[in-house]
Amino acid sequence: MDKLKIGGVELQNRLFIGTGKFPNKKIIPDVIKSSGSKVITMALRRVDLNSKEENIIEYIPKDCILLPNTSGARNAEEAVRIARLARAMGCGNWVKIEVISDNKYLLPDNYETIKATEILAKEGFVVLPYMSPDLMAAKSLVDAGAAAVMPLGAPIGTNRGLQTKELIRIMIDEIDLPTIVDAGIGKPSHAAEAMEMGAAAVLVNTAIATAGDPVKMAQAFSLGVKAGRLAYLGKFGPERKYAEASSPLTGFLNE
Amino acid sequence: MSFYEIYCKYKGFNFKNFFKNVTKTDVLRVLNKERIHEGDFLTLLSPFAQGFIEEMAQKSHKVTIKNFGKTILLYTPVYLSNYCVNKCSYCGFNIENKIKRKKLTLKEIEDEAKAISSTGLRHILILTGESRKETPVSYIIDAIKVVKKYFDSISIEIYPLTKDEYKKVIEAGVDGLTIYQEVYNEEIYDRVHILGPKKDYKFRLDAPERACKAKIRNVNIGSLLGLDDWKKEAFFTGLHAKYLQDKYPDVEISVSLPRIRPHVGMFNDIYPVGDRALVQILLAMRIFLPRVGITLSTRENKKLRDNLIPLGVTKMSAGVSTEVGGHTSKGNTESQFEISDTRSISEIKEAILSKGYQPIFKNWMEF
Repeated sequence: MDKLKIGGVELQNRLFIGTGKFPNKKIIPDVIKSSGSKVITMALRRVDLNSKEENIIEYIPKDCILLPNTSGARNAEEAVRIARLARAMGCGNWVKIEVISDNKYLLPDNYETIKATEILAKEGFVVLPYMSPDLMAAKSLVDAGAAAVMPLGAPIGTNRGLQTKELIRIMIDEIDLPTIVDAGIGKPSHAAEAMEMGAAAVLVNTAIATAGDPVKMAQAFSLGVKAGRLAYLGKFGPERKYAEASSPLTGFLNE
Repeated sequence: MSFYEIYCKYKGFNFKNFFKNVTKTDVLRVLNKERIHEGDFLTLLSPFAQGFIEEMAQKSHKVTIKNFGKTILLYTPVYLSNYCVNKCSYCGFNIENKIKRKKLTLKEIEDEAKAISSTGLRHILILTGESRKETPVSYIIDAIKVVKKYFDSISIEIYPLTKDEYKKVIEAGVDGLTIYQEVYNEEIYDRVHILGPKKDYKFRLDAPERACKAKIRNVNIGSLLGLDDWKKEAFFTGLHAKYLQDKYPDVEISVSLPRIRPHVGMFNDIYPVGDRALVQILLAMRIFLPRVGITLSTRENKKLRDNLIPLGVTKMSAGVSTEVGGHTSKGNTESQFEISDTRSISEIKEAILSKGYQPIFKNWMEF
């Protein structure tokens, strides 16, 4: 499979995994292993360096890239503070910007996200901003120095798939950075669909964490992502609206 | 605009008549909806909906997992003082109750904080009775500064403050406010709050909103179930939570469902709230407000608490003492109310894990 390049790093696997909502932290290493994922996101507010047992980082294999997210930030300033704290706490320089000031639908604030991205990119962070799919906002994020853009497929936790498909498609077509579909992906087929469209990667959390068997589901998502990417690379045959008639009505014109 | 206007809108509402007219079709229609409005919420609180408690539970379970995963956030309360100038007929700290009064010194607060933090908990709720003389805002702020060294999240459950006072405690390190209206029924409120500043119904009712305006992170509200018909009280609690959530979307709102517990100087004029009723309230609340946190205290016994975990609870207290200084056993004061689930934090942690849920010790940090 072709590699994905973000922030100077080449990634073999195009599935990113989230660590929230699991019934037990102990299952997380097995989930990551079966998914093959190498980029793992976690809320910095859950990180507890004082307790080995409770600290979420302890459950993430050392060969993975940590992607701390700024969950809890209500504006750009808070997101920037969390990102700096994450780096100071030893979580590396990748950060997923999440600025959410709406606790009802958990929809991101694109404007504040752009502001935070600009500040953090200048400080040397590899910034992956979570956003509502919007072409103009995505262009601003490119200018602000983002390493990728992460539009939502549907609101967080809904497992509804690519409800924002057309907007994401436009972003994939128009934005030169990798587009990583984040939030809303509920089934491996949704992940495959995003990858078939040309998404660079997908980030999945709820659908795996709340599955009956998260380890099995992680593997299923991994396969879905791979299938979707291969299909994209393999290039689909042309779609036709009408069947190709074996006895064409206009054949006489060629006689 | 205050929640009081919404309360007034429903004050004269004929609940009895509404409940009488609820049919099976109504309940099923509500259960099949994705988003429900306030009339639907009341339908789920109706006596008729009790016949659909399992269907409600299945729906509530799914909605909760979708929004919160299989996780339970743990916290513990620490009582700083039981001095109180109010005469509330249902409370053990009532000014006329002849109990030993105590206020922790900053040294004692630090000892309590140390004892609690050694259990691994990172979220704490600090409580006092209402006495601006014994426990002024300056004392609360000093206490916050002490416990801040040991905890990542500090909530307060104290007397209602002004917006500026909330700003000050937030600046000192508070991220959450718990304040119960106790009873939304204004007439009963006046009757059970016999003497003291707590008699001011509106000042208390608007306290959560003042904290939201002061940019607090979390607000936890509730009514003390048993002071009036629980169906109405649960309805007003839900409406209040929705009002705050709609108006202050950047604040995380949660509700508690405390039932009156026995205590020193108990009064007997209560509306009983059985386990079935408590479950119905919890389920209706979750279906009405999918993103709202639901807090369950150790007022309830361990068996019931364990059984309520998959139904929609998101936060639980653990290792609780309702005595002043109770975590270091230096207190020996009477408790505010009797706790029912007396398990240690590690026992509760194990119980949550055995239910297939993840106990969360830390979900916040100051930044």
